[in-house]
Amino acid sequence: MAKVKRSPWVLHYDGSSCNGCDIEVLACLTPVYDAERFGIINTGDPLQADIFLITGGINSQNQPVVKQLYEQMSNPKVVVAVGTCACTGGIFKECYNIKGGVDTTIPVDIYVPGCAARPQSIIDGLVQAINLFEKRCDDYAYQLNAEGQ
Amino acid sequence: MGKKSIVPFGPQHPVLPEPIHLDLVLEDEIVTNVIPSIGFIHRGLESLTEKKDYFEMVYVAERTCGICSFGHGMGYCEAVEEVMDVEIPDRAKYLRTIWMELSRLHSHLLWLGLLADGFGFESLFYQSWRIRERILDLIELTTGGRVIFSVNKVGGVLKDITPDMLKHILTELDQVEADVRVIEHTFLFDYSVQSRLKGVGVLSRKQVHMLGAVGPFARASGINIDMRSLGYEAYGDLDFEPIVSSDGDSYARCEVRIHEIYQSIDIIRQAISKIPEGELSVSVKGNVKGEHFVRIEQPRGEAIYYVKGTGKLYLDRLRIRTPTFANLPALVEMLKGCNYADVPILILTIDPCISCTER
Repeated sequence: MAKVKRSPWVLHYDGSSCNGCDIEVLACLTPVYDAERFGIINTGDPLQADIFLITGGINSQNQPVVKQLYEQMSNPKVVVAVGTCACTGGIFKECYNIKGGVDTTIPVDIYVPGCAARPQSIIDGLVQAINLFEKRCDDYAYQLNAEGQ
Repeated sequence: MGKKSIVPFGPQHPVLPEPIHLDLVLEDEIVTNVIPSIGFIHRGLESLTEKKDYFEMVYVAERTCGICSFGHGMGYCEAVEEVMDVEIPDRAKYLRTIWMELSRLHSHLLWLGLLADGFGFESLFYQSWRIRERILDLIELTTGGRVIFSVNKVGGVLKDITPDMLKHILTELDQVEADVRVIEHTFLFDYSVQSRLKGVGVLSRKQVHMLGAVGPFARASGINIDMRSLGYEAYGDLDFEPIVSSDGDSYARCEVRIHEIYQSIDIIRQAISKIPEGELSVSVKGNVKGEHFVRIEQPRGEAIYYVKGTGKLYLDRLRIRTPTFANLPALVEMLKGCNYADVPILILTIDPCISCTER
C-alpha cells in the first residue's frame, strides 16, 4: 500500500458475534490503533460505505438483514469477515441456530481469524481490503468505459 | 395531538454496536409506545451443553459476551464448583476478584465512551477509549488475551499474577485514576453534557423496583442492590459500599458508573494488598450431580447462572439470566414519553449488551 488514492468508508454490522470482535473493531478506530490514518471512517449508512465489516455468524433472523445491507451498498464493494465466527461459525458452529460463516449468505473477500480477532489482524485485514477496493475501482471504471458510459 | 407514525430503530444503527430492533410509535416528536423485537444474535449457546463436557463449557460460557466475558466464565465455574462441593484456593479467589474488577473497569470506560459518542462528543469518546486501552494492556500482560482471556477453569484459575505484575498494576491504576478524574469533570460538570443528561429518562425508585431492573441502572434510582455484597470469591474480605444515587435520570446513571470506576480501582488495591500465597487450582474429578444457581454482579448488573447435572460428563441444563434482559422492560417504560432525539441516549444508559441477552 504505497499510496492510497481513495478513502473507503466502513460499514460495521454485528452478525451474531459475542461482542468481543465488535469492541475490537471499535478499538481499531480509536487513537491507540488509529485505523482512520488509512482514510477509513466508520459510517452507519450502507449507501455511503465501501467496505462491509461483519462480525459473527449467520442465523435465520439476521440473514435477511445482512443480505439487505450488502445489496444496499453501491458497487464496487469489499466484504471483510472479522473473527472466527464470521469465518466459519467458530465455537457456535454446532448450535442449532447458526447457519455458519458469513460466506453462507454473501461473498466474502477477506477473512480475519481470531477469537476475539486482535486489532493488529483487523488492521491487516482492512489494509488488504483497501488494496482490493482500489483494484476493483479501477476495474469498474474500465468496465464502465468499455460500455461507453 | 399529532398524527401517529411508526419509526423503526435498528437493527443496524450508528449508535448501536449490536443489533436490537425497536418500533417507536411517535406522536409528533414524542414516543408514545415502544415495541422491541430481539433475536438477531440468538445462537443457542445453552444447547451446547449436549455437545461439550462441563470442562469445555467454561469456554462457551465465556463467549456469551465479549465485554463481560470473564464474569460469565466465573459465574459458570462457581455454579459447577458449588454443585461438586469444590473449595477453590484463596489465591484463586483473589485473582478472580482482581480480573473481575479489571473487566468492570474496561466495561465502564467503554460505556462512557459510547455514551459520549451517543451525544456527539467525539473527543470525549476517544479519551475514554484511550484510558480503557491501559486496562486492556494490564489484562493482556496478566493473561495474554485482550477481551476474551479464558483464565477460568473449574477448580480455580489457569494463570498466576506475579509480584512484579501486581506492582505494575498498582502504578498503572494510579495513572488511570488520574486520567479518569480529568474526563469525570467533563462528564459531570460540562454544561452541554448536562443538558443532554439531566432530567432525561427519569425512573422512580418504585418503577424500577416493580420492573425488576438490576445493576448500576437500578442503583441510579436509589435501589441498593449489589450482588458483590453477598461476599462470593474474595469480596467478603474486602471493604466497599454499593454506590447509590437517588435522581434516577441519565445523569445519575453516568455518575454511578463513574464512581464505580473509582470503587473498582479501590477494590483492586485492597485485593492486591491482601492477596495470599498458595496454589492456583485444585484438581476436580467426577461428574456433576445436582443443581445450583449462583448470582454474581456483572458490570451491567446481577447475572444468574443455573446448572443442573445428573451424574454425567455433560450437563443437563445451563441457564444464564443476564442483566440486560432484566433491564429491557424498564427501558421500554423509560422510552415512553421521551423525545425522539433522546432515544439513542436512553438506550445507551441501560448499558445494553444484546449478545448476553440473546445468547
